[in-house]
Amino acid sequence: MRAAGAASRWPARGHAGFWAFAAHRISGVALTLFLPAHFWALGQAIQGEAALDGFLRWAERPSVKAAEVALVVLLATHLTGGLRLLAIEFLPWSDRQKTILALAAGATLAVALAFLLSLI
Amino acid sequence: MSARAETGLWLAQRLSAAVLALCVLVHLVTIVLAVQGGLTAVEILGRTHGNAAWAAFYATFVLAAAIHAPIGLRAVAREVLGWRGPALEAAAAALGVALAAMGWRAVAGLFA
Repeated sequence: MRAAGAASRWPARGHAGFWAFAAHRISGVALTLFLPAHFWALGQAIQGEAALDGFLRWAERPSVKAAEVALVVLLATHLTGGLRLLAIEFLPWSDRQKTILALAAGATLAVALAFLLSLI
Repeated sequence: MSARAETGLWLAQRLSAAVLALCVLVHLVTIVLAVQGGLTAVEILGRTHGNAAWAAFYATFVLAAAIHAPIGLRAVAREVLGWRGPALEAAAAALGVALAAMGWRAVAGLFA
């Protein structure tokens, strides 16, 4: 019954566009929740170099690095998904929506790989 | 909320999105370049302190995010939680003010 309920709530969930919508939503909410922590961490600079360095040393942990990769992926996901939405709303309609979705996913992957390579 | 105000929020969401698209692109490139070789406070502050152009860029980035994020979260709260009414509008506005204040504080700390 749960599956049937989910299907009736989101009838288009078999469509690639649904997953683009879900990815945009989830990345948007996650980024909003992350922003206060990001601003607080950078705000450590107000208390001087030592405070900022203390935070940066903490951020050297592998678990924090993994979270950073996830955040970069979320940011790239929301950027490419958002550009796609702006194109849908403000540019003439294109029938190649799945191609555009694939381009957005590819651009996100490219950003993730660029960040991973820079971390090494 | 009136239809006119809803339209205003819709427009603000798209305008802030357009600004953010440019800001996020620049931010992602900066991140990828900056993390190479690791991050230290000396390196970060050496790059940022007294740099008015980057301060203006990030202050604009913060403003756009402080407009964009609460409007997006408000839409999610309405559609997913069914939350409506003045309390939601107040919460969204408070989130925007808090994000702007925290973000500009960080910009001041890094660039001033």
